[in-house]
Amino acid sequence: MELNNQINVTPKAPERRSFVLALFAISGATVGALLAIPLIRFVTYPLRKSATDESWSDVGPIGDFTTLTAPVAKTITLERRDAWQTTSSQTAVYVLPSKDGQLRILSPICPHLGCSVRWDESQTKFICPCHAGSFTADGDRISGPPPRSMDTLEAKVEDGTLKVRYQYFRQLVATKEEMA
Amino acid sequence: MTNDPTPKPKSDSVIERMDSWLDERTGVDAILHESLDEPIHGGASWAYIFGSGLLFLFVSQVITGICLALYYVPSADHAHTVVSYIVKEVTAGSFIRSIHAYGSSGIIILLLLHIGQTILYGSYKGRRELLWLSGCILMALMLGMAFTGYLLPWDEKAYFATAVGTNLMAEVPWIGPILQKLVRGGDQMGTLTLSRFFVLHVFVLPGLLIAFICAHVFFFRKAGAAGPIKEDPVHPKLPSVPFYPRQVAMDAIFAVVLIGILAVIAKTIPMDLGPAANPADTHFLPRPEWYYRPAFQWLKYLSGRWSLVGGIMLPALLALIFAAAPFLDRKLERRPWRRPISVGAFFLFLIAYTSLGIASYRDDYKDPSMAAQMHQQDADAKAFMNAPFVPEMAAGSLPSALTAADPKVAKGLVLFQAGSCNVCHGEAGIGTAIAGPLTGVAHKYTDPQLLALLHAPNDKMVHGGMTPTTLSPDDLEALSAYLNQLH
Repeated sequence: MELNNQINVTPKAPERRSFVLALFAISGATVGALLAIPLIRFVTYPLRKSATDESWSDVGPIGDFTTLTAPVAKTITLERRDAWQTTSSQTAVYVLPSKDGQLRILSPICPHLGCSVRWDESQTKFICPCHAGSFTADGDRISGPPPRSMDTLEAKVEDGTLKVRYQYFRQLVATKEEMA
Repeated sequence: MTNDPTPKPKSDSVIERMDSWLDERTGVDAILHESLDEPIHGGASWAYIFGSGLLFLFVSQVITGICLALYYVPSADHAHTVVSYIVKEVTAGSFIRSIHAYGSSGIIILLLLHIGQTILYGSYKGRRELLWLSGCILMALMLGMAFTGYLLPWDEKAYFATAVGTNLMAEVPWIGPILQKLVRGGDQMGTLTLSRFFVLHVFVLPGLLIAFICAHVFFFRKAGAAGPIKEDPVHPKLPSVPFYPRQVAMDAIFAVVLIGILAVIAKTIPMDLGPAANPADTHFLPRPEWYYRPAFQWLKYLSGRWSLVGGIMLPALLALIFAAAPFLDRKLERRPWRRPISVGAFFLFLIAYTSLGIASYRDDYKDPSMAAQMHQQDADAKAFMNAPFVPEMAAGSLPSALTAADPKVAKGLVLFQAGSCNVCHGEAGIGTAIAGPLTGVAHKYTDPQLLALLHAPNDKMVHGGMTPTTLSPDDLEALSAYLNQLH
């Protein structure tokens, strides 16, 4: 770049100088660009390492859930990866009795303001303790401020173990929106 | 800056108009003229490329170093994890780290060539004492960079090589022990040692290097290029050519060759990272980087009071004589064959340095048991490099917190140890040769099944030496709580 300014310093043989200059500029730019690629990729690594790592948590052996008659709360362990560290924490999910052979899992987080919804055995309803939102045993909205039904979580069975992909969803909106 | 920027002929070229706009405000053309049209008496030469090569590698170290610092954490409990994260997870991480690590070797090689050329050409003569001295300081700073940077990955070889290196400091008369404690941040190597080395490697030494590089270049421009050996170093007589374009072209080509060599080596033989430092490992044979090998070997020959004379005083004396070269060798004679003492001393040093280095490697592979250990260390490092990245469990995370948080689990652990269960089943139930592991027992049995087995072991368990557990129901519950969380 700086070399560009040299064109007129020596009026003698300007053609030769600008030829050498062009040669420098081209080869310098090529080498520089080649080296810049790994450097830029190294620095921008977090851009490509987005929320793609799907983490599944174990809920329990599938046998524990096949005979369910009412929703049951299960504590799961969440492994959160923060670059070179992992943090594990616990949270609860509701496993619903199977319907057509499919086990369904609900997030206990109320879609209204995020309180933990409780299963009320006597009323066979999910009831949010904060603002009295209520849901059926399938998690469908009955009444109260929640804008939508309880959120279902992705579930799968692997090697006889029920697994869930725990996620957070946006509150106060009528449709289920995943939070990044 | 003798030529005042004169008004340029009017031109419509965008570049020229931009240039004159910038020049009117900064005087950039005069600066460029000063830096690019420096006269080189006797013409450009491939012999002069090493200085600019060093500058180029230094810049490369700065750039790659800043990149590595994006991911590095200078703490003994994280350093190794983050370096293995860089090597195994981050895009081009291994490549960038290798360029940086091999770059330090490149700088040492270029230093030897640069010094060799200066001595052979007698370029330190003729009012160039400060130029030489600033160069000596730069060399010491570079060796310091190599030494401090070596520890930062905190793998086995880094840890043990630095332990040996800092042990040497204790040999320095009078202040040795205090100096060692100061550098280590304590009596032993630890996380403060790493912090100190990091601060030296990243802040202190680079700052000093930049300052002394400026001084070195300034003194060089003040004295002028010494030119070929037949040139008078004080009043040059040979016709001169400007630095640009011929010498610039040679320097640029050399820079491309240097980075090309580094890139090829970094790609084909990535710098390895060994297993994390384990201070309790008594088998590890610490070895420094190749350029410190001769010094390492030299110390092997010294014992008792000779270690002070040979290990500290002799190197200090040699360094002093080396630094004083332009003061001792004052004749303006530059032809090497007319200067047998200085040129001869340098080559003698080179021969001694090389032979000591070779002897060090030969010693390691001559003794079969030592050779086996060296090969084992290489194999360990290779195995670690090939293993996938394992993230670190954050402090306060579930498994570590669980034992502390749940009183039942904590009580169960006490019972597990009090009942000597760990004797056969191992610490944390990992299993021993006598009895199998208990980890994952929660997936195998339900709570009632587990309790039943503890009360009445099955035949296979009894055969293995398992005795029925006689504990109160509360204790039994705590024990099973502990067993259930083993994994």
